[in-house]
Amino acid sequence: MAKTKILLSGNEAIAQGAIQAGCSFYAGYPITPQNEIIAYMAKHMSVPSGIKGQAPRVFIQAESELAAINMVYGAAAAGARAMTSSSSPGISLKQEGISYIAGAQLPAVIVNIMRGGPGLGNIAPAQSDYFQATRGGGHGDYHVIVLAPASAQEAYDLTQIAFDLADKYRIPVMILGDGILGQMMEPVKLSAGKIKVNSVKNWALGGCQGRKPNIVKSFFLREGDLEEFNLRLQKNYQVIKQKEQRCESLFLSDAKVILVAYGTMARIAKSAMSQLRSEGKKIGLIRPISLWPFPQKSFQIKNSKVKYLVLELSYGQMLQDVQLAVNGRQQVEFLGRSGGGILSQEQIINKVKKLL
Amino acid sequence: MIERIIIAGSGGQGVMLLGKVMAQAAMVEGKQVTWFPAYGPEVRGGTSHCMVTISDQEIGSPYITEADTLIILNQPSLEKFKGKLKRKGTLILNSSLAKIDPYTKMQVFSFPFTDIAMQIGNIKVANMAALGCFASAKKIIKVKNILKVFKSIAPAGNLEILRVNQQALEEGQKLNHG
Amino acid sequence: MEKIFKRSESLYDVATHYCPGCGHGIAHRLVAEVVDSLGIREKTIGVAPVGCAVVAYDYWNFDCSEAAHGRALAVATGIKRVRPEKIVFTYQGDGDLAAIGTNETIHAANRGENISVVFINNAVYGMTGGQLAPTTLLGQKTATSISGRTKKEHGYPLKISEMLALLPGVCYIERVSLENPQEVLKAKRAITQAFENQINNLGFSLVEILSPCPTYWGLSPKEALDWIKLVMRKEFPLGRIK
Repeated sequence: MAKTKILLSGNEAIAQGAIQAGCSFYAGYPITPQNEIIAYMAKHMSVPSGIKGQAPRVFIQAESELAAINMVYGAAAAGARAMTSSSSPGISLKQEGISYIAGAQLPAVIVNIMRGGPGLGNIAPAQSDYFQATRGGGHGDYHVIVLAPASAQEAYDLTQIAFDLADKYRIPVMILGDGILGQMMEPVKLSAGKIKVNSVKNWALGGCQGRKPNIVKSFFLREGDLEEFNLRLQKNYQVIKQKEQRCESLFLSDAKVILVAYGTMARIAKSAMSQLRSEGKKIGLIRPISLWPFPQKSFQIKNSKVKYLVLELSYGQMLQDVQLAVNGRQQVEFLGRSGGGILSQEQIINKVKKLL
Repeated sequence: MIERIIIAGSGGQGVMLLGKVMAQAAMVEGKQVTWFPAYGPEVRGGTSHCMVTISDQEIGSPYITEADTLIILNQPSLEKFKGKLKRKGTLILNSSLAKIDPYTKMQVFSFPFTDIAMQIGNIKVANMAALGCFASAKKIIKVKNILKVFKSIAPAGNLEILRVNQQALEEGQKLNHG
Repeated sequence: MEKIFKRSESLYDVATHYCPGCGHGIAHRLVAEVVDSLGIREKTIGVAPVGCAVVAYDYWNFDCSEAAHGRALAVATGIKRVRPEKIVFTYQGDGDLAAIGTNETIHAANRGENISVVFINNAVYGMTGGQLAPTTLLGQKTATSISGRTKKEHGYPLKISEMLALLPGVCYIERVSLENPQEVLKAKRAITQAFENQINNLGFSLVEILSPCPTYWGLSPKEALDWIKLVMRKEFPLGRIK
C-alpha cells in the first residue's frame, strides 16, 4: 500500500493542493458542482499554516461571487496567496473582479468547475466556458493562465503550480475543470515537501513604513499611460506564451489521426485511442494542459496527411485554437456534445474509423 | 482487468459510502480506481447512486454507460439501472426490498441484506452486507482490505460501529457459499 | 511668526482636480489629519472607490488600493483579514456605497469587519455628470430625474446609515456635515472616533459626511453649503446614529 495516497475528489484535491501551496486566503460562494472545495477550505483553512511570520489562514463564505472575487483582490493586494472557486454562472459574475485583478497585476487563483450553460443551464459536466476562460473573460485586453487537469492527482499538482505561476507573472491563473473532474474520487499521492512561498512582494500593501506608499490600481487616466501599461502586459503575455505551454502528447510519430481533447474528455479519448491501437490503428493524442497559453508548439507536425479530431464537451471552442495552431496544414475535424451529454468511447471510435 | 460497478438504492441506504469503501479498498490493493457520484439536487430520499471503476490500467471515463456489476438495494433503483447491465453481467440484489424475474439472463446474487442488517442490530449496515457479497462473488477486492478501510474511517473509539459493519461484511461474504 | 496650521504628512502637496466648492478636498484633508494625529500613517491602507474620489490615492501619502465600483468593502475585507494589525479604511460615495455596492456594504457591516468607512453623501453622481443617486432628495433635479425625484418614479432617498445601525455587527455610525467650520471640526472628531474604534478592535464604524457638490446642485459654493444646512439636513439629520 502506498501510504501517502488518499482517495480525494477532484474538488478536494484542488483544495488540498491550494493548502499545500500555502494558500492563506480563500473566499467563495456555494454553487454546484464545486461545493466540496468551499467545504474543504472551511474545514482546513482554520488550521494554522505553519509558515513563519504568516498570519492565520482566512476562510470567508462571501455574500456573493462579486464579493468573493473582490475579497481575493484585496487579499492578493495585501500579499497573500489567495483563491476563490465557483462554477460557470458564478464565474460569469466574477469576471469584473478578474479583469481588475489582471489590470492591477495581482496574483490569484480562480477555480472554475464547469457546468452546462448558457444561463442557469444544468449541473452536468461541460466544457463550454473555454472561450470565456482563454479569451480573458471580462473587459479589456488581458489574459489569465488557464490550466486544465484531467485527474484528481493532476488537479492537486496543477493547483500548486498555479500559485507559483500567479506569483511569478503577477497574473490570475484559472484551474478549469468540469463536473466529472470535480466530483470523481481517485487516489492522490500527496507531496510530502515543505510549503515554499516566495514572500517577497515589494508591490504589496502592508503600510508604507520605511518606503514610499504602494498603490494597487488599474486606472490610468493620463493620455498614453494606459497604452504603455497594456504594452507591458502584452510583453508579459508573450513571455508566458513562450515558456508556459503545457501538453501531453502520445504516439504522434506514427499517428494518422490525432485526437485532441482536454480534461475529462481527454480521459475518454485516451481510452478510445488505446482500444484503436490494440486493433492496430495508428492513433495519437494531444492533451493540452495549459489552455492559455495554448500548446501550439505541439501541433508542428509536417505530414500533411495527418488528420486531427478535436473532441469537446461543447460545440467547438478549443477547435478554433487547434485550427489556428494547425494553420491549414492538415485537416481538422470535430466531434462534440454539450448540455450534459458525454461523448462515449464508442462514438469517438466510430468517428475515427470514418476518418481512417 | 476492468470492473465497472453501479451501486444504487434509496437515499439513506449508504450507497455512496458503499462505493467509497469499495474504492478505498481497491486503492489499498494498489489498483487504479475512480468513484463517481450522482450529484443532483436530491439530498435525502429518492434514488441515489454512484459508479465505481476498478482496473489495473489507467481509467478513462469514470461515467459508466455499461456496467459489469450492479449492486441494487431497492426496487426503484433496479428499474432505473437494470438496462445498464451488460449481457450476463452480475446483479447483487437486496431481496428484502426488491424482486427480479427469475428467468433473467443476469447472474443474480439475491439476498435479504436489509433483514440481515436488522438481525445484526443496525439496519444501516445492509450496504456492507451487500459489499461482502460482492467481494466473494467477484473476487476483485479482498475482505481483509475492506476491514483495513473500516478501521481507517471509523470514528475513533466507536467500536460498536466497527463491529456491526464488520459483522455485516462477513455475513454478506458467507452468503454465496450457503 | 508662529505656524498654527500646516499640511499633514499624510497629504501630498498637489493641485486638486475637484470642482470649486467640492467637499472631497476637505474630507481628504480630515482623513489625512486624523491618520497623522493617531500616528498610523505607516500602517494605514486606504481603499479608494469609483466615483469622483477614484484617485484619492493621488492625495494621500500612505498605501492605497483601488476597488471596482461598489466593491471597496469586499476589497477592504480581504486586506484587513490578511493584515489584521494594519488600519484599513474605505472612502466611498453614495453611488458606490449605497447603490452598486449595497450588498458589499451590508454584509461587511453585518460581519462586523473591523474597518472604518468614510461615506461621502452629496445626493448625486458627480463623476458621471450629475445623475440621480440613491440619496437624491425628493424634488431634487438631476440629469436623470429632470423634473425632480418623485417617490412614484424613483422611490425615497435611501438612509443607508440608519439601516446599517440595525445590524449588531456595527459598532459606530455618525452623520456629520461640511456646511461650516464648526461642523467640519465635528466631522473630524467622528472620523477620529471611527479610526480609534478600529485600533481598539471594536468592529465596523462608519461616518456619513454630507458634502457639497455645487456643480451638480446648480449652486454657488456658498449656496451649496446653505443647501446642506437648510434642505439636506432635514432628510439626513446630523448626529450619532449608533
